[in-house]
Amino acid sequence: MIEVRGLTKSYGSKKAVDNISFTAEDGQVLGFLGPNGAGKSTTMNILTGYISSTEGQALINGVDILEDPIKAKSFIGYLPEMPPLYFDMTVNEYLDFVYSLKKCKLPKKSHLNEICEIVKLEDVRKRLIKNLSKGYKQRVGFAQALVGNPKVLILDEPTVGLDPKQIIEIRTLIKRLGRNHTVILSSHILPEVQAVCDRIVVINKGRIVANDNADSLARNLSADHKLVMQIDGASEEISKLLSSVPDVERVFVGRQIDEKVWEYHIEAKEGTDIRRDIFRKLASRNYPILMMKSNELSLEEVFLKLTTGDEYGGAEKTAERFDLLEKGGDK
Amino acid sequence: MGAILKREFSAYFRSPIGYVFIAISFLFSGAFFWLFTLSVGGTDVSMVFLGMFYVYMVFVPVLTMRLMADENKMRTDQLLLTAPIGLMKLVFGKFLAAYIVFMLGDIVMLSYGVVLGCFVTVNWALILGNFTALALIGGVFVSAGLFISSLTESQMVAAVGSIGVNVALALINVVASVIPVKFISDILKDISVFDRYSEFTTGIFSLGGVVFFLSVIAVFLFVTVRVLERRRWA
Repeated sequence: MIEVRGLTKSYGSKKAVDNISFTAEDGQVLGFLGPNGAGKSTTMNILTGYISSTEGQALINGVDILEDPIKAKSFIGYLPEMPPLYFDMTVNEYLDFVYSLKKCKLPKKSHLNEICEIVKLEDVRKRLIKNLSKGYKQRVGFAQALVGNPKVLILDEPTVGLDPKQIIEIRTLIKRLGRNHTVILSSHILPEVQAVCDRIVVINKGRIVANDNADSLARNLSADHKLVMQIDGASEEISKLLSSVPDVERVFVGRQIDEKVWEYHIEAKEGTDIRRDIFRKLASRNYPILMMKSNELSLEEVFLKLTTGDEYGGAEKTAERFDLLEKGGDK
Repeated sequence: MGAILKREFSAYFRSPIGYVFIAISFLFSGAFFWLFTLSVGGTDVSMVFLGMFYVYMVFVPVLTMRLMADENKMRTDQLLLTAPIGLMKLVFGKFLAAYIVFMLGDIVMLSYGVVLGCFVTVNWALILGNFTALALIGGVFVSAGLFISSLTESQMVAAVGSIGVNVALALINVVASVIPVKFISDILKDISVFDRYSEFTTGIFSLGGVVFFLSVIAVFLFVTVRVLERRRWA
């Protein structure tokens, strides 16, 4: 379990992390979502005791990372943004080193075998780390974090640099580990956090802009009311037809795909799902739908939504919103 | 600490550095032994040891330059500093690894005494005094190099900086002799590494000297720990 209370890290007058608080329970995967430079890595470095906070407290299983760092660190497995690998060692030598560095008490051979099996490193264990591909290096970094079976796993962008198949594997692995560990992972990819995490903390410019469980956040962020479609048929007629669907507010005709195919951008009232109505309407007139997808929110739109949307309203949010908008306007 | 010591020590022999350092030790000490002792038909090995003092002043930094600088550059310090291990143990493990490699090169000096002993009676007090002095000054060079290495990400900067520090340490007595203020020059003479070193080379085993060198080593290790600690607060 991790408790963070009022954590602040200042570099001179700049605040990299500004008064953030959250809690990650046992058996929970907490996602840390934010754009580059939001303060994700800084927060993780504070949690793992690599750097200290200017203000505030971070408790790992109830142990303050500043007061008893060695005990607190013994609960943590950490995969930094850049996996901390010694390129002159083989995977086996490296894991041996980490094993004794962490003063691990588990039976060495079977423990390391198990880890290598979990992250699928069996084939490269005798190879020099320097000669491994980026994906494998990332896995060695992951394996390193798992040594000693720590109660808390802190993973800084664990899927960066992996191919799609590996990403799915790692996500499944994190979900599995999340059942009996506390996992905090950071990412700047919204769908990734949605796919893996139970709870999502959205952070921007060092501040928490949302802290909610994944389902309700996803519901709030879903954009089923904004659709992109490709429909076969005369554009004028179709756009009229689309406009006549209940709740539809705006229809734009986009680029022409083919001789008789156009792309359409449809916006409906927020919180409505118009996909079925549209299908029925077009089907009744025999217009084939070639493509229909929700217009996914980009991270920027998410922030805009979170910081201006009324569902997260209230006095404190409004204060934050003005601050963010001001900062955003500087660019 | 054992883990750090083992990794650092084996790292020296995974790269050429460990071999090169030992080869340099053997080469220079052998050459000096021939030049200053054998070729003149003497039994005095003090010049051989003095020569090695200067060789180590320049080449120990080659041994210590990557100790922390490489960790800083490759971000592996994140692994070490987030592991459940105290900073003192971390620093001491690194120091010990480099010091053992240094001693592997240094130990050959004793064999010259043995070689001489086959032909003439040698003054072992003198040889052991010189050997102790070199072993202690080696510790000072290693700890100074470790400290400088912790300040930078570049091995090159670490090496050049350490050589500078070593030269400065060796020159304290020269500075002391040109400073006209007696009070200051007395203090400088008291902390002069070279004067302490010379004391041993006359065959006098001075406990004060041993304590002095061990203190200097302790100070460098301590400030290294502070550097690592400070980085957390920066």
